[in-house]
Amino acid sequence: MSWEIAIGLEVHAQLSTRSKIFCGASTAFGAEPNTQADAVSIALPGVLPVLNKGAVERAIKFGLATGAHLAPRSVFARKNYFYPDLPKGYQISQFDLPVVGQGQLAIQVPAQGKQEAYEKTVRLTRAHLEEDAGKSLHEDFHGMTGIDLNRAGTPLLEIVSEPDMRSAAEAVAYAKTLHTLVRWIGICDGNMQEGSFRCDANVSVHKPGTPFGTRREIKNLNSFRFLEQAINYEVQWQIATLEDGGKIQQATVLFDPDTGETRMMRSKEEAHDYRYFPDPDLLPLEISAEWIAQVHATLPELPHDKQARYVSEHGLTVYDASVLTSSREMADFFEAALNEAPGQAKICANWISGEVSAQLNRDGLDMAQCPISAQQLGGILKRIADGTISNSGAKEVFRTMWAEGGDADAIIETKGLKQVSDSGAIEKIVDEIIAANPSQVAEYRSGKDKLFGFFVGQAMKASKGKANPTQLNEILKKKLAG
Amino acid sequence: MMNSSLKQLGDALRAKKISSVELTQLYLDRIAQFNPALNAYITVNPEISLAQARAADERLAAGNTEALTGIPVAQKDIFCAKGWLTTCGSKMLHNFVSPYDAHVISQFNNAGAVNLGKTNMDEFAMGSSNETSHYGPVKNPWDQSRVPGGSSGGTAAAVAARLCAAATGTDTGGSIRQPAALCGISGLKPTYGVCSRYGMIAFASSLDQAGPMGRSAEDLALLLNTMAGFDERDSTSLQRDKEDYARGLEKPLSGLRIGLPKEFFAEGLGNDVAQAAEAAIAEYKKLGATVVEISLPNTRLSIPVYYVLAPAEASSNLSRFDGVRYGYRAPEYSDLTDMYEQSRAQGFGEEVKRRIMIGTYVLSHGYYDAYYLQAQKIRRLIAQDFTEAFKQCDVIMGPTSPSTAFKLGEKGDDPVQMYLSDIYTIAVNLAGLPGMSIPCGFGDNDMPVGLQIIGNYFDEARMLNVAHQYQLATDWHSQAPQGLQVAS
Repeated sequence: MSWEIAIGLEVHAQLSTRSKIFCGASTAFGAEPNTQADAVSIALPGVLPVLNKGAVERAIKFGLATGAHLAPRSVFARKNYFYPDLPKGYQISQFDLPVVGQGQLAIQVPAQGKQEAYEKTVRLTRAHLEEDAGKSLHEDFHGMTGIDLNRAGTPLLEIVSEPDMRSAAEAVAYAKTLHTLVRWIGICDGNMQEGSFRCDANVSVHKPGTPFGTRREIKNLNSFRFLEQAINYEVQWQIATLEDGGKIQQATVLFDPDTGETRMMRSKEEAHDYRYFPDPDLLPLEISAEWIAQVHATLPELPHDKQARYVSEHGLTVYDASVLTSSREMADFFEAALNEAPGQAKICANWISGEVSAQLNRDGLDMAQCPISAQQLGGILKRIADGTISNSGAKEVFRTMWAEGGDADAIIETKGLKQVSDSGAIEKIVDEIIAANPSQVAEYRSGKDKLFGFFVGQAMKASKGKANPTQLNEILKKKLAG
Repeated sequence: MMNSSLKQLGDALRAKKISSVELTQLYLDRIAQFNPALNAYITVNPEISLAQARAADERLAAGNTEALTGIPVAQKDIFCAKGWLTTCGSKMLHNFVSPYDAHVISQFNNAGAVNLGKTNMDEFAMGSSNETSHYGPVKNPWDQSRVPGGSSGGTAAAVAARLCAAATGTDTGGSIRQPAALCGISGLKPTYGVCSRYGMIAFASSLDQAGPMGRSAEDLALLLNTMAGFDERDSTSLQRDKEDYARGLEKPLSGLRIGLPKEFFAEGLGNDVAQAAEAAIAEYKKLGATVVEISLPNTRLSIPVYYVLAPAEASSNLSRFDGVRYGYRAPEYSDLTDMYEQSRAQGFGEEVKRRIMIGTYVLSHGYYDAYYLQAQKIRRLIAQDFTEAFKQCDVIMGPTSPSTAFKLGEKGDDPVQMYLSDIYTIAVNLAGLPGMSIPCGFGDNDMPVGLQIIGNYFDEARMLNVAHQYQLATDWHSQAPQGLQVAS
């Protein structure tokens, strides 16, 4: 009998505020150690926290974007434990009253082998605001540990899902959708190398029809690839353990990317008693309906809504629409290009997911760094649509534009890429070809249809590739028919 | 000069009858002479004090003055003051020179007051006798074999002994009012949130409140004018219009309704204290007040509630003292955990460790609901008692502490006996109300007795008026301990 898998994710998204969650120190990444650690960050005696309104607004945005319940009153609590990079000896977090309650997120799970792509809704348990800890640096201190408190107090939104994912692929699809969403609504820069988006995965296995198994939590996965590898390893390890007659003990584990294995960090018995209690230095966080309305007004059209609109309004496939909404930059680019070449949604989608994406990939750029503007691309699309250039001509325009800039019409002009659409001129070329190739004409007329391609080739060559292919086809057919 | 009010001192400074430097030096001389016996100050720094006095003299010369410009004020060593050793009475902070000013300190600096020194206190404000200070106990100036009360005992002794013109204290469960009573001075704990807690080293955040200590209600009003006010760096600071706490001092008391809680005049109250308090009430009747008996049925629970909530908050607030970034670190340790354990075991005193352990216990998994949550519920009931009571009266009066100053070492072995010393004051902190203590006579062994006045929220001006009118009619507040005259 097979096993069923249950996966829930806890994601720590670093909120994109300029200052920390409880003080004015900068959150910029990469500064010299402890240069962004003010009196509050290093927890001098007597200092007090003051909540950053921008962090709350980002949490509200997230709640709105996931259809979640926003708590009119939530409470900051102290999570008490000792560690050198936790300067106060407690982390300010939220415990039993989080700012964002239950919500949901629709995910597209891509096709895999025989399994076709499908959509699924993952339930969100909650999301709460908290502060990050600093960093302990164990290298370069000759056996001692260095403490960098620049990151201490950086605002985080911890987003907790229900154990709704049934495979590593679903977990990755969820994490990617969430990653897109937090960047889309502008609350997190999503930079995983810098730790702005970190995943913990709770994994368990059970037999169908039985309750969920005991879970183990894999901590701090900072890439989608590691997330997938870690879950797959953990699932296989848990199944092997159970099938060998063993038991799963609740534990926290770490994933080692070098070995591809998970290993025990601490067992349930070693778990801390964090002694949560409401932080008396902070008032309960109250969020009014007016505040929510104000934030709502700043929310962009969400990726899932946009995707549906692209399908219904522009006739795109769900796949094309999901590619175009994989980032806000890409969707904005699509819409601006389409604005320049109205009615050309399909060809526009093809160009963005084809030529543009491929070239960006080759140059190691992302959409925001694209050297060609949406208006420039729209210029090309417009000229394809009105027959001024052929597809191959368009590709040449695109290559030139990428390397040298300029607008489509100017490039078409200087490069002489304009198609010949003058039927008189095309007829003249066709007449000459027919006259010059009497034997092929005879063969064609006796039923050797394949030779049509030969005539197209000859005519294109004679026109130096500029003959409008549709017109050329029509004229050739007519004349060859005799 | 040593018995002048702050207003008289201010007038003398503005009239150039004395300079701030001269006045500051006068106090520094007294401190040099009497502090070795009294131990009221942990730190004096004549260099900084005199530099501030010189700056004040420049302001005075320029005519750019406020009520406290040039006046030497002592600061409880719980307030962080830039450039000053700030120990909070603990070995843990024996080497901590603050790089920043508490809001209260900035307010005094902006007013041009002179910081005369940092006064002794119970370690982390945990104590009622000043005996838990790492820097040794403070002696009561009225009888040096007795305690001054605590935790603001250094301040109370300094004010009583005229080792400063006035000073600050903080009050979490009675730490301004009880030492004020035991040293025969006046002290006010404002409504929670009136004075910013920024830079005041936290004991129990939801209870801690700074307040003035001085020789008269009139002085307290001037001090509170400087100390109070909204501060955006403290989320629990109240955003209210600035008020003049001296505005109503002269109002007559006719029609004043005084509530006397029957629970405050019951078992456990010393006869001498009861007599002095009752005499004070009689005086108030003469001044036109009427008296009504009230009941605060839940105050009997205030000590157990307080000794759950305050240690719970303290156990977390004191976690930052870990030997990692500043303060005391054990000289020898084997690993990180040992470093924490050794540093905290050696850096904290017994009472602080006791409260950290109680607090850790009551917040632990499985005990939180039974202790912490239950205590929070009763805290609300205690506050409701006061709300009900204030429907019948304008102020509540009673003794500040059940006895006069006890002997040094007398209650050292019995923490519960020590805790009972705050039985009348703690409920006020739990409710967040303002409370004050003023001298109202002498009890056994000629030790001072304090009368507690409790007001409704934000009624500080009214309470000061009530206290001032009594001080116009009596002279208990102008009595001074003997034997502390300046050597000629």
